[in-house]
Amino acid sequence: MREGEGMQKGENPTGEAAGTHVPDGKGGSCEPCSLEPYAGERPEPILRMVGVEKTLDGRKVLDGVTLEIPRSQITAIIGLSGAGKSLLLKHMIGLMKPDRGQVLLEDIDINRLSRRELYEVRKRFGMLFQTGALFDSLTVFENVAFPLRENTGLDEREIGEKVHRILRNVGLEEAGAKYPDELSGGMVRRAALARAVVMDPEIILFDEPTTGLDPIIRNSILNLICRTYHEHHFTMVMISHDLPDIFQSCHHVVVVHNGKVVEVGTPGDIRNSINPIVRQLVEGDIFGPLQLM
Amino acid sequence: MTEWMFSIVDSLGARAVDAVRHLGKMGVFLGASLARAVIPPYRVRNVVRQIHFIGVKSLFVIVLTAAFTGMVLALQGFYTLRKFGSEGLLGPAVALSLIRELGPVLSALMVTGRAGSALTAEIGIMRIGEQIDSLETMGIDPIRFLVAPRMLGFLLSVPLLTAIFDVVGIYGGYLVGVKLLGVNAGAYFGQMEASVDLVDITNGVWKSLAFALLIAWVCTYKGYFTSRGAEGVSYATTSAVVVSSVLVLVCDYFLTSVLL
Repeated sequence: MREGEGMQKGENPTGEAAGTHVPDGKGGSCEPCSLEPYAGERPEPILRMVGVEKTLDGRKVLDGVTLEIPRSQITAIIGLSGAGKSLLLKHMIGLMKPDRGQVLLEDIDINRLSRRELYEVRKRFGMLFQTGALFDSLTVFENVAFPLRENTGLDEREIGEKVHRILRNVGLEEAGAKYPDELSGGMVRRAALARAVVMDPEIILFDEPTTGLDPIIRNSILNLICRTYHEHHFTMVMISHDLPDIFQSCHHVVVVHNGKVVEVGTPGDIRNSINPIVRQLVEGDIFGPLQLM
Repeated sequence: MTEWMFSIVDSLGARAVDAVRHLGKMGVFLGASLARAVIPPYRVRNVVRQIHFIGVKSLFVIVLTAAFTGMVLALQGFYTLRKFGSEGLLGPAVALSLIRELGPVLSALMVTGRAGSALTAEIGIMRIGEQIDSLETMGIDPIRFLVAPRMLGFLLSVPLLTAIFDVVGIYGGYLVGVKLLGVNAGAYFGQMEASVDLVDITNGVWKSLAFALLIAWVCTYKGYFTSRGAEGVSYATTSAVVVSSVLVLVCDYFLTSVLL
């Protein structure tokens, strides 16, 4: 059975009580959001990495990575810091090229594309960076409107309507005129999420969307991601250190260690894994095969 | 002993290869930036914004520097020329010094300090803040969006700033030479008109264009490839100003020897 199949509404793939409760005023409704697989999913993965290898400064940072990202599901990539998680995301969107191996978006090897073709393919992606990566010189509204102004022929009225709608969805309708340095950490992530979804991408990549946030804001961001998923059924790939909370916000987990994929499965599979690396990671033990640097 | 020598040769070889690779990377970056500057679509609004930042906002420092440069040239020139009884040639001395040499060089150095450093820091911060990666992920070419308009901004602004520098410097010289030291006003401008040829002016324009390209190239390159956080931005900014300034002076010598 594919992960998530046969579940009832309100359950997540772990079979545990799903959802993240969100207080008012933090970018989400009072209703906790719960995960269920998108009924319209296609069986084949949307993105595949096949035997990807990368060496940086003489160190092999990705070592024969092979993995699949299921269409219209949320995939979490977990692992220790320095395990190669962010590099995986950068390879998925073509910001880095592998020394060996392929990154296939459907059947397109994105590393064989010309620069122009790659820019076109990237329009199918949205990405939320760890720092938000909002443009300092633009307001929140302008940041969210930026991809629309650059990549579409929409007029200002249409852009304004769309941006206001998305800002309302992420709870930032009052903050449109503010600059990024006037926002809190959680607001920056929400603005970055708004910018990532404004082009209606097929795939959204999240690089540690909740790192460094307090538990309430963190839950509000996860809830927002969950609600965005329910609204659009984007394929989502999320790097996270928030164990075990992240298990309630994804359908599919990939565990990475030393540039290799050590385990793939549903959150339930990962929780019950007998792999000592996975167990140490999930349980947060100091002692075990994972050496802390 | 042999091992020690091998390690020295190895180290020198590695440095040489690294330097050549670095130069190649700079060359590719310049080619890519210039290609995007001339091939449509043009980002006219971005270019205008850069002209405002590089040109208009540098006006004050350029006018100030030019005025005092012209004044000190007149002061020094007057006392030198008086020894030969040629005070009447003060106008051409000031004008030719400014138009052929000091105008392009000092304008370039001032623009490097004011706009070049800011530009390196801005692009560097965008790099370490993942804003350049963010542009890439949106399908926007960062060289076309960030670098090409700045290149054009420099190429259009620096020659104009140089022209302003020359004019203000000449009037600074007039103020000291004519109003303070008593040189005849007619002689100051009359001799200048007779001595300054069109080729002097075009040489100055060529120089200022070359310097503009150098500054834009070095400063955008240093910013674009910044790494290692805040310290990296600081290093890139300092390095951009030092390298640009030295290159302007070196390039000035070779251009002068070719254009003379």
